[in-house]
Amino acid sequence: MGKRKLPQMTLIAVLLYALIKVLSLDSIGALNGYFMIIINRSLIFVILTVSLNLINGITGQFSLGHMGFAAVGAYVSGTITTLVLKLSPDVASSYPIFIGAIILGGIGAAIMGFVIGFPSLRLKGDYLAIMTLGFGEVIRIILNNINYVGGPRGLLGIPKFSTFTIIYAFTFFTIVLIRNLVQSSHGRAMLAVRENEVAAELVGVDTTRYKVLGFVVGAFFAGIGGGLLAHLLQIATPTQYGFYASALLLVYVYAGGMGSITGSIIAAFGLTFLSQFLQLGFDSLSNMTGINFGSEWTMVIYALLLILIMLYKTEGLMGMKEAKLLVIEEGTK
Amino acid sequence: MKPFALFAVLSLVLAGAFFSCGGGSKYVTVGAVGPVTGPAATFGISTKNGDTLAVDEWNANGGVLGKQIKMVFADDKGDPAEGATVYTKLIQQNKVCAIVGTVMSNVSLAGAPICQAAKIPMVATASTNPKVTEVGDYIFRACFIDPFQGTVGADFAYNNLKARRAACIYDLGNDYTKGLAEFFKAQFTKLGGKIVADEGHDHGVTDFKAQLTRIVQAKPDIIYNPDYYNDVALIAKQARELGFKGPLMGGDGWDSPDLVKIGGSAVEGCYFTNHYSKDDTRPVVQDFIKKYQAKFNEVPDALAVLAYDAMNLTLNAIKTAGSTKGPAIRDALAASDFQAVTGEIKFDANRNPIKSAVIIEIKNGQQQFVTTIAPTP
Amino acid sequence: MGSIFNTQQVINGLQLGSIYALIALGYTMVYGIVRLINFAHGDFFMVGAYASYGAFYIFNSFLGKGTPLAIVVLIFAMVAGGAIATLANQLAYKPLRYKPKLSSLVTALGVSMFLEYFFSAFPLIGASPLGFPEIIHRATFKIGSAMIDNYVIIDIVVAAILMVGLTLLVQRSSIGRAMRAVSQDKDASKLMGINVENIITWTFLIGGAFAGAAGLLSGMTYPRIDPYMGILPGLKAFIAAVLGGIGNIPGAMLGAYIMGLAETFANAWNSLLGAGIAFIILIIVLLVRPTAILGEKTADKI
Repeated sequence: MGKRKLPQMTLIAVLLYALIKVLSLDSIGALNGYFMIIINRSLIFVILTVSLNLINGITGQFSLGHMGFAAVGAYVSGTITTLVLKLSPDVASSYPIFIGAIILGGIGAAIMGFVIGFPSLRLKGDYLAIMTLGFGEVIRIILNNINYVGGPRGLLGIPKFSTFTIIYAFTFFTIVLIRNLVQSSHGRAMLAVRENEVAAELVGVDTTRYKVLGFVVGAFFAGIGGGLLAHLLQIATPTQYGFYASALLLVYVYAGGMGSITGSIIAAFGLTFLSQFLQLGFDSLSNMTGINFGSEWTMVIYALLLILIMLYKTEGLMGMKEAKLLVIEEGTK
Repeated sequence: MKPFALFAVLSLVLAGAFFSCGGGSKYVTVGAVGPVTGPAATFGISTKNGDTLAVDEWNANGGVLGKQIKMVFADDKGDPAEGATVYTKLIQQNKVCAIVGTVMSNVSLAGAPICQAAKIPMVATASTNPKVTEVGDYIFRACFIDPFQGTVGADFAYNNLKARRAACIYDLGNDYTKGLAEFFKAQFTKLGGKIVADEGHDHGVTDFKAQLTRIVQAKPDIIYNPDYYNDVALIAKQARELGFKGPLMGGDGWDSPDLVKIGGSAVEGCYFTNHYSKDDTRPVVQDFIKKYQAKFNEVPDALAVLAYDAMNLTLNAIKTAGSTKGPAIRDALAASDFQAVTGEIKFDANRNPIKSAVIIEIKNGQQQFVTTIAPTP
Repeated sequence: MGSIFNTQQVINGLQLGSIYALIALGYTMVYGIVRLINFAHGDFFMVGAYASYGAFYIFNSFLGKGTPLAIVVLIFAMVAGGAIATLANQLAYKPLRYKPKLSSLVTALGVSMFLEYFFSAFPLIGASPLGFPEIIHRATFKIGSAMIDNYVIIDIVVAAILMVGLTLLVQRSSIGRAMRAVSQDKDASKLMGINVENIITWTFLIGGAFAGAAGLLSGMTYPRIDPYMGILPGLKAFIAAVLGGIGNIPGAMLGAYIMGLAETFANAWNSLLGAGIAFIILIIVLLVRPTAILGEKTADKI
C-alpha cells in the first residue's frame, strides 16, 4: 500500500472548515445564514452525487431512482428523531442519537439498495434504469399513503440537527470512504465490471457481488444524504424525492465526470451555486423588464447543459481524473 | 488540492458579492411569499398583486413607523423544499421583520418552523390546513381553517341542498384535499347523511373515469370534490359524461377563472366554500374591488383578497407594536381586532382567525354569491 | 365487484388504452430501430397537444367547429409531433449513434427536461394548465347500463385507423421493409444498400406524429393541457411497450390496451393500487420475463 494521504486531506479539510467558520461569524458576516444554507446544501449534494457516481460511474450500473434511497434515509432518520424520540436540537446529548439515526437511515437505504439491486442484476443498461425508476416511484407512492409519516403532507417539524459542522464531517467521511473503496482491490473489481463484465467474470471477479456492493454502498450514502437534508430543511415530502430530483442528480454526475469523485464534488458545489446565481439573475431581469422570468429558465439551462455535455464533452469536467489529493497511490488509476 | 482550493476561492468570491447587500434602516422591510411560477402560478400572481396593493397604499399614506415600507417578494414555486430556502433567505439575507405568506399549506408548513425559530412573525395568506399555526406562537393566518370549511360544506349540502347520499373524490398526493374530504365526511355522517363512495386519485392524472364510474353507480345526491380547480374541471366533465346530474361541491381550491374556462357547462350548478365573494355588498369589499381593478385590470379572487388582508394585518400590527422587533409584532398580532375585507379578524388561542365562510354557486359561467355561514361559537 | 368489472369500466379502459397505444407505438418503433428508450417521447405528445391548441385558434375562425376542423387540427398535431421528434433525433440523438447506449438515454432525459421546462418557462405558454377547446360537440348516449360519449368512439376509431395504417406501412411498403431490416441488423441492412439514417429519420417522424395525434386525442378527451402532461402517460405507455415486448409493434398495442384496462380496474378497486399498478406491472414484467408477452428471445453478443 502506498500513502493514503489521509493526514493531508484531514489538514486541508480542517483548514477549510476553519475558514468557513470564521467567515460566517456574526462579527465578520461575510457568509450569512442564507449562504450557509446553500453551502450546507452543496455539501449534501456532494454526498448524493458521489454516491450516485459510485453506482453509475464506477460500477457501470444505472440508477434513475437514487433519490428514492435518499427518501428512505430521510424518512427513517426523521421518524426516529421526530416521531419516536422527539429529540430537541437544544439538548447537547441528543446529537449522538441524531448521528445514530442518520446512520440507521443509511442502513435502511442500504437494505433497500440490496432489495432493488439484487433482483435487478440480470437487467442491463436501459432496462435497469427503468427498473430503478419504477422502484423510486413505488417508494414515492407508498410514502404518500403512510399516514404515520404525514402522507402527502410529508414529515413535518423535523428538528434542525444538521449543522454545518455535522454536514461537513459527514461529507468528509463520505469522500474518504468512497475514495478508499474505489481505489482498493474491490474498487478495481467494480471498474472491471463496468469496463467488460464478461471479461471480468473470466478473470475471476464475482460480478454479482460487486454489482450488489455498488448498489448497497451507493444507497447507504444516499440515505445519509437524505437524512441530513431532512434535518436541514426540517421537512421531508414524497415529491421532494421524485423522479425529477433523481434526474437532476444525473446532471450533476455527468457534469462532473462519470467515475470521478473530484468531478462530482466540483459539480455539486458549482451547480448548486449556479442555480442560486441564475435565480438572482432572472429575478433582477424580471424586475428590470417587468416580464416574469420564472425559475423554469434555470431548469431550461440545466437541461441544455446536460444535452451539451453528452454531445460535446461526454467525459464531463474531470473525465475519470481525480485531484492528486484524492489519489491514494500514484499510478493506481 | 485543486478542488478544495476552488471551494475556498468560490466561497470567498460569493461572499464578497453578497457582502455589499443588506438592508439599510431607512425602510421597514417586510417579506412576502407566493408561488408565482410553477403549476400554481395563478395563485401566486393574485397573492403578489394583493400584497403589492396593500403596501402601496400604506406607502402612499406615509408608510409605517415614519418609514417607507420595502416589500421583498419571494417565489416558493409551490414546492416545500424551495419554500424552506426562500423563508431562510428572506430572514437572513433581506432581514425582514415579518413574512406574509404563503398560499399552499404544505409550503407554509415548511416555512413556519424557520420563522418560529428566528422569532419572525409569519402570517399565512390562504393556507387552510390546521397544522400550519400549530407550529408555534409566531405563526398566524388570515384565512379560516379546513375543519371549519369542510363542516360548512357538509352543513350546506345536508341542510340547504337536502343531500342525504354523498360521494367523495380527492387527490391522494395532496394533504389539503385529503384533509378537507375527511372533515366533510365526518360532519356529513354526523348530520345523518351517508357516504356512499369514497375514492382517491393519483396526483397529476387526467382520467378519473374508473373512480367516477363507481361513484355514479352508488347514486349519490352530491359529489364532494375538494381538489384544485384544474382537477375539478376534469372531474366534473367526466362525471357528467358518465351520467351524473347532481351538483359537485368543493372548497376554496376551486377559486380560479380557469375553473369555468376548462370545466365549461359541467361545473354549472356546482357549489364551493370560499373566503369572500365579489358580490358581497359591504362597502369595504366593493371599495377593495374597485381599487384592485384600477391597478390590475381584473376582478380579484380570494387569494388576492387574503394576501391584501394578511399584509394589512401585518403592517397594522407593526404600527400598533411601534417596533420592528419580532416579539413585539407577535404580541400585537395576537391581540389584533382588525376589520379586513374578508371580515373581522380576531385570533383564537391557536392563532386562527374566527371568521365566516361564503358559499358560491357557478351560474351561467359566473361565480354567484349564495350565502354567508358564520362559525358557531 | 359489480362496480369494478362491468361494461362501463371496460369502455373506460379501452379509451385510456387507445391513447396509451398511440404513444407506445412511437416508443416501441424507436426502440426497435435504434435501441433507445426515448424519454422525451411523452413530451412529443405534449407538443402535439399544444400544437393542436394553437391550430384550433388559427383555423376555428374560418372552419367553425366540427369534423373538418378536427381533421385539420389532427394533421397539424401530427406534423408538429413528427417535426419535434425529427428535430430531436437530428440534433441530440444522431451525433451519439455510435457512442455507448446510456449516453443517448441521458441525452433523451435532457431533451425531455428541456421541452417541459422550456414550455413552462415560455411566456406565451406558461406552467399553468390551459383549458382545451371543444373541437367536436360532445354528445353522450346510453347503451345498456353504460354511458358512452362520442369521444370514446373517436379515440378508439382514430387510434385503430392509425394503427392499421402503420401496420400496412410496416408490412407492405418499401420503407416498412427497410425498417424491419434495420431493426434486425443495422450493418447487414447497410450492406444491402439501405440508407440506415434515412430509415431512422422516418421512424422518428412516424413515432412523433403518432404521439402528436395522441396529444390531440388526450386534449380533446381530458380537456386540460400543461407542459408536464406527457410525463405520466409517457411512462405508462413506455411500460405498456415493455409489457408487449419493446420493439414489437403489435405487442405495444396489446400492451397499451392491457395497461388501460388494468389501470381502470385497479383504480376502481382501490385508488392506491391504481396509482402504483403501472410500476408494479413494470417491475413484475422485468423480473419475471424481460422479453415480455410478444418479445423475442435475444442472446447477448459478447
